[in-house]
Amino acid sequence: MTDERSPRPADAPFDLSCPVPLSQYPHVLLAHGGGGKLTQRLIEQLFVPSFDNPALRELHDGAVLDVGGRKLAFTTDSFVVTPLFFPGGDIGSLAVHGTVNDLAMCGAKPLALSAGLILEEGLPMEQLRKIVDSMRRAAASVGVPIVTGDTKVVDRGKGDGVFVNVTGIGLVRDGIEISPRRARPGDVILVSGEIAVHGIAIMSVREGLTFDTVLVSDTAPLDGLVDTLLSAVGEKVHVLRDPTRGGVASTLNEIAGQAKVGIRLEETKIPVSEDVRGACEILGLDPLYVANEGKCLVIVAPEAADAALDALRRHPLGAKAARIGEVVADHPGRVVMRSRIGGLRIVDLLTGEQLPRIC
Amino acid sequence: MRYVDEYRSEEAVRKFAAAIRDGVTRPWTLMEICGGQTHTLIRFGIDEMLPPSVTMVHGPGCPVCVTPLEMIDRALAIAEKPGVIFTSFGDMLRVPGSRTDLLSVKARGGDVRMVYSPLDALELARKHPDREVVFFAVGFETTAPANATAVWQAKRAGIRNFSLLVSHVLVPPAMEVILGSPTNRVQGFLAAGHVCTVMGYREYEPIAAKYRIPIVVTGFEPLDLMQGIFLTLKALEEGRVGVENQYTRSVTRDGNVKAQGVLREVFEVCDRAWRGIGVIPKSGWRLRDEYAEHDAIRRFDVGTITAEEPSVCIAGEVLRGIKKPNACAAFGTDCTPEHPLGAPMVSSEGACAAYFNYGRTV
Repeated sequence: MTDERSPRPADAPFDLSCPVPLSQYPHVLLAHGGGGKLTQRLIEQLFVPSFDNPALRELHDGAVLDVGGRKLAFTTDSFVVTPLFFPGGDIGSLAVHGTVNDLAMCGAKPLALSAGLILEEGLPMEQLRKIVDSMRRAAASVGVPIVTGDTKVVDRGKGDGVFVNVTGIGLVRDGIEISPRRARPGDVILVSGEIAVHGIAIMSVREGLTFDTVLVSDTAPLDGLVDTLLSAVGEKVHVLRDPTRGGVASTLNEIAGQAKVGIRLEETKIPVSEDVRGACEILGLDPLYVANEGKCLVIVAPEAADAALDALRRHPLGAKAARIGEVVADHPGRVVMRSRIGGLRIVDLLTGEQLPRIC
Repeated sequence: MRYVDEYRSEEAVRKFAAAIRDGVTRPWTLMEICGGQTHTLIRFGIDEMLPPSVTMVHGPGCPVCVTPLEMIDRALAIAEKPGVIFTSFGDMLRVPGSRTDLLSVKARGGDVRMVYSPLDALELARKHPDREVVFFAVGFETTAPANATAVWQAKRAGIRNFSLLVSHVLVPPAMEVILGSPTNRVQGFLAAGHVCTVMGYREYEPIAAKYRIPIVVTGFEPLDLMQGIFLTLKALEEGRVGVENQYTRSVTRDGNVKAQGVLREVFEVCDRAWRGIGVIPKSGWRLRDEYAEHDAIRRFDVGTITAEEPSVCIAGEVLRGIKKPNACAAFGTDCTPEHPLGAPMVSSEGACAAYFNYGRTV
């Protein structure tokens, strides 16, 4: 191309350029569902003010309702994953696990699930059968029945094969009160295993990336793990969250904001598998922001931290559990991490989708 | 992880930090050219381990940041055309043009796709012969060989529905603009290791001689940067000028001769506008006439595009190392990665975004 402006002598004053800011998005972007700042804004500026009530205001993975003296946990989650089948799972098992896990993160035993299926015209019946069977097996593995459901079919081209919604109710265990707001300075932060596995597994299939080893999604129901944990340390557990979209970084930022505390992480303590680290290095992604489906973050009173870690490690899904940081009184609302070489950096919420860098 | 952990060893990094503290007798100002290096500096807190007398200023080596607004508007205009599949690396998708960005074009129905390589875009062109596939070829000498190869292959395979929107820029002319400016503060450079992997470092030797400065070709891991800074400061303290190579595991003096051959075959040098800096003579590459058929600028008539950039932010001064991002009045308030006022806030490699994301608000 030929640039339209003429060359400027090297010592001439420069243009100090800057584009007009995009202050509002007039359309929904993918990033509005990415779990980062745009998602948070949508929740804070549209959903919460529109539906405002005390249970919603908690902004936990599920709502906890008082019903005749018992505490009921209630949650819903929709799944739109591509591809429908991926190493380690499929949209059916993922949907059941996701909702079971949201209930588990409220400290609840799941009681019943619903299944809402939006099917695209032309979906091979064999695929639907596989997905439904996978849902059945996932629910059976935690002993929770799927008690009601709904089916809709949309025109070809208007869906991605199948969209699945699973809603669940559960009974909160006696004496347990888990909420993001309960994180307090001194508490210890644990993670139940290696992070970023699901997101990288999905991305490698979706984008046709091939590595020497096949990365398998970590999708799993966390009900049993939470059972083991709560049996060991019970009410000493202050917060449970499964860091799905937006990863560990986004979830911890939400907790720091809701509890008005600071969070301090140690980069070297965060378990990341060699495969995932390698993939993240190649793609220029930060594993802290990559989705997980079978992991949970546990924030626990300091005196119970060792017992909690032992309990997690006793369970097969928590074998690689680790202590990754602590809650502090400094820098409320902020997550700060000590880097591998000793420097400090702030771990912020992502603005949009995490995008691979150019070089 | 092998070949990564070795270069992120706290002990080794601290050893160089101590050697720097012991060896520095005067204040010095160094510039790291590449946005990837800026990212590492801030992400690992390397600059905080340096003595206060050593100032690191951040160079213009972020491809997303220096791509002019007119070019982004041109990309948006092409992406909005029916029948076009517009492909790009992830970073460019979020960069705002005058009125919108590529992700918003996608939200309104445009076929905008993120790819990991221009060869993936070429594959799309093969699969969709009825569509026009355009790849947004931005970046420095590092990304150019793959782009050149894609066009070279398209021409040989007769894939006529594939084109590049080229906005390639070259490092050495930008260094000369910085060094030749009356306001220049930079006394030594960390040259960009990946650029030199392709181009070698012969072309930096006359620049070092002309401006009497040390230039150290440097890698991207924390230890690379610390060693590159150490070598540059050592040369300054000893009064030596010339080019040294820290990144020997990847860079040779002659570079990748084969890649340079493809580049010469496909591209020719042209004047190029740099966002925040202005037009720098002979600072870019464009497709040669033999490849006109694959040149999106010649292939798509989008009318005359002019973009006015109101002078609110200090991107130009940041990109030339005159000011640090957090010296800007808009930094972190009116200007955030979510609502960028200037390009260095958009890309994760941009100096402003690196400062913002890693919390350098003061």
